[in-house]
Amino acid sequence: MAGSQWTDPRPMSPHLQIWKWHWTMAASIFHRVTGVGNYLGALLISIWIISIAAGPETYGFVEGIMLSPVGQILLFFWLTSLLFHFVNGIRHMIWDGPKAGFQPKVASAWSVFNFAFAIIAAATIWSLATNLF
Amino acid sequence: MSTNYKTPAAAARGLGSAKAGTNHHIRQRVSAIALVFLVPWFLYAVIAASRAGFDGATDFLSQPWNAILMILTLGAAFFHMRLGMQVIVEDYIAKAGMKQGLLILNTFVCVGLFAATALSVLKIWISAGV
Repeated sequence: MAGSQWTDPRPMSPHLQIWKWHWTMAASIFHRVTGVGNYLGALLISIWIISIAAGPETYGFVEGIMLSPVGQILLFFWLTSLLFHFVNGIRHMIWDGPKAGFQPKVASAWSVFNFAFAIIAAATIWSLATNLF
Repeated sequence: MSTNYKTPAAAARGLGSAKAGTNHHIRQRVSAIALVFLVPWFLYAVIAASRAGFDGATDFLSQPWNAILMILTLGAAFFHMRLGMQVIVEDYIAKAGMKQGLLILNTFVCVGLFAATALSVLKIWISAGV
């Protein structure tokens, strides 16, 4: 805490590195992390949409970036991030609405499913998109 | 403690909840419900619109339903993004000034990008004359 202005003498709650990682905690943290990832990805997708209106030359430049190796890697990460936030967000609604899935074993299994779904769905959509079109 | 004339009640008053949390929660959930339907379409849209270069992308957004769904997706997504990023800034940035600055920046980025992208879609749709 060197250089910190923290003066509150009360004990602090243990930080992330203290806890043993478990699936529900990972899903919760990654919901927020992927939210930020989606935000950053939306900035890139916005540039792509604006470039369509800007004309063929601008579009060609942006398309070149998106089809470059770096662009493709960013798009794949964005797709995975979007799908995780999507499927984990549906779980948030099921928590709020029917109030189901709170039992520890169910919650852990569901968290694992959400991670697996994001990766498998991203790979499937990616391969369909590159092979069918 | 020599010059503190505040009563304990005055020191505590006004430090509670702003009573805006329920409204925020409902907005976050309602925009999420819209996105449950719009995001799958959006993934299809990006793939379909980007498969045939500039002409393909223009043709895609010239179709009325595609333009309407795209603008709805952009509206719901930027609204949802702004609410989510607001919570993250409020949680992690304690420094006054920096926090307010980032909250304002967040609003400007989301509203600005919504205007720029929605008007881009409108321009493509209207210039196509379909």
